[in-house]
Amino acid sequence: MGRRGLAIIGFAAALSGALAACSPAPKPASDAAPAGKAGSTLATVQKHGYVSCGASQANAGFSLPDDKGYWRGLDIDMCRAVAAAVLGDQDKARFVPLTGQQRLTALQTGEIDLLPRTTTWTMARDANGVNFTFPNYYDYTGFMVRAATGATKPADIKGASVCVQTGSITEVIFADVSWRQKLDLKPVIFDNVSATRQAFFSGRCDALITDASALYSVRATQSKNPDDYVIFAANDEANPLTPAVRHGDDQWFDIVKWVFQAQITAEYLGITSANVDEMLKSEDPAIRRLLGVEAGYGKALGVREDWAYQIIKQVGNYGEVYDRNVGKDSKLKIERGLNRLQRDGGLMVPLPFS
Amino acid sequence: MVWWRDQKFRAIVFQVLAAGAFLSLILWLTGNTAANLAKRGLTVGFDFLGRAARFPISESVLSYSPTDHFWWAYTVGLGNTLFITMIVALTATVLGLMLAILRREDNPLAQGAGTTYVEFFRNTPLVVQLLFWYALVTVGLPSIDAPLNPLPGVYLTERGLYLPALSLNGLDMPVRAKFNFEGGLNLSPEFVAMYLGLSLYAAAFIGEIIRGGLEAVAKGQTEAALALGLAPKQALNLVLIPQALRIIIPPMTSQYINILKNSTLALVVGYPDISFVTATTINQTGQALEGIFILMLVFFTISIATSVAMNLYNSRVALKVR
Repeated sequence: MGRRGLAIIGFAAALSGALAACSPAPKPASDAAPAGKAGSTLATVQKHGYVSCGASQANAGFSLPDDKGYWRGLDIDMCRAVAAAVLGDQDKARFVPLTGQQRLTALQTGEIDLLPRTTTWTMARDANGVNFTFPNYYDYTGFMVRAATGATKPADIKGASVCVQTGSITEVIFADVSWRQKLDLKPVIFDNVSATRQAFFSGRCDALITDASALYSVRATQSKNPDDYVIFAANDEANPLTPAVRHGDDQWFDIVKWVFQAQITAEYLGITSANVDEMLKSEDPAIRRLLGVEAGYGKALGVREDWAYQIIKQVGNYGEVYDRNVGKDSKLKIERGLNRLQRDGGLMVPLPFS
Repeated sequence: MVWWRDQKFRAIVFQVLAAGAFLSLILWLTGNTAANLAKRGLTVGFDFLGRAARFPISESVLSYSPTDHFWWAYTVGLGNTLFITMIVALTATVLGLMLAILRREDNPLAQGAGTTYVEFFRNTPLVVQLLFWYALVTVGLPSIDAPLNPLPGVYLTERGLYLPALSLNGLDMPVRAKFNFEGGLNLSPEFVAMYLGLSLYAAAFIGEIIRGGLEAVAKGQTEAALALGLAPKQALNLVLIPQALRIIIPPMTSQYINILKNSTLALVVGYPDISFVTATTINQTGQALEGIFILMLVFFTISIATSVAMNLYNSRVALKVR
């Protein structure tokens, strides 16, 4: 490139600078929803009119389109709650199916605004360009065995053959458990998910090891009689699956964190999608603050005042979301366990709404 | 003559240009790779070999525990590769010899059987054969709760074959424990599929090589040997085979190296050979370049060693020209 090329670049830079300087200041779109600063994720979302979220390719209970093509699942509802809070409509959300390898890159490059896709919060990921909000599901690694064996803990399956999928952290956990507890487990290793599961059901292995959420899903959808199988934890480690946002946008980070907080606080206060309208009349100051009857909290966050009301009305509190997608009202029937509120003995801690 | 019309000069120019293009391609690839690795925050190096592997290996000739280092996991994988290659080479050679003899028989039934075998195994892909044997064991055999028990101490199940093993205290019989048979010798479905699949496939080729070698020796040689008064067996051992070996050995070298290379197909049935260990290592560490490099180096070394050994043997049986 010669001198002329450089001159053109210089001119273009000067021009764009001048244009940016005289562009009009952003006006609030409406009283209900203050507009975000230009260039921020909030502004982008408001401009597009939808929230763009990463989704799994197929993960029943967490993110999967139903037979009408409508996305459903615990992670999907996280995204819908953000849409309800920011845009007032839970359906103003779009889902991008991503593989495990694509997901973090898609978030970092701005292809998606939010990544609620069964992503474990690890230090390496946190340090490499994403911010994790709050865990919305605590998973663990589990064994599934036939109920007839009477096994209820790893020590009961000494000498058993276990179907393991290669290339996952499960493989390492399997080896650790077997070695630490001297269980002499015999691994039968496969390199694809469906072969691993088929081998377990055909009797090639006594046990199947993987994420407990996946085990529940497999048991519900692939076994002849789900009651013939039991699931128990392989170790005492919790695996926090956490929605993540990009580095460098504190406002958006805060919004997503408090959207989730609104859902667990609503459960804590007993507010459900069914009684939320009634609750608007409540005298309880905590409820009045959450539902925006007492103004100021939505504005502080940069969203509409009725943001939490919209989340609870359209998507529901955390308990409702859990039961509907993975809990007692779903096919998976996963016990609340670690995902109960702290009040009930779980790890979900509502932060003060004040 | 004008210089660009000079053929010798043009040849040099073209060679320099070609070499330059090749070198710049290599440089460009190396530069790109380095830049991409740096962008993705990957570090290149073999430090990972000294870290604990942590993943399980389902069966191995050498002893292995997940607390061992990656370099030992590689060695264990290599041990499995060499083990399966050697027993397959041995079995396939014996089978191949039998096939060659069968196909040279005058009996049409024997000849037909040999031909059918060779054509069948040579004309279907090896991967398909491996998957077939694997499916035969895992789907065709009964569950461990109702095993096939043809002989005392021998059990055929979908989890493989359980056989009595020889030990210092005499026979070590497999005994049914809560989940599996304990003791004795267990041949896993993965091992059985690899062993049967590779052996039967290689035997078809080896049979043809041996038959070709025997048939290449002029018929007059046998006739002359018999005319000299040698017994048919002596004619075979002293005249026919020494001459046939000279023709057989070079293609046999390729065949043995093929068995070694084909053993990497263990990936499809899940037998933990060195390629399987490499794939897992790459998955766990992200060190893809180094993993593949080690794999290539190992195969290159063994193949060259096999070649050298077979060439030495060949020079011993070759026609001595003095």
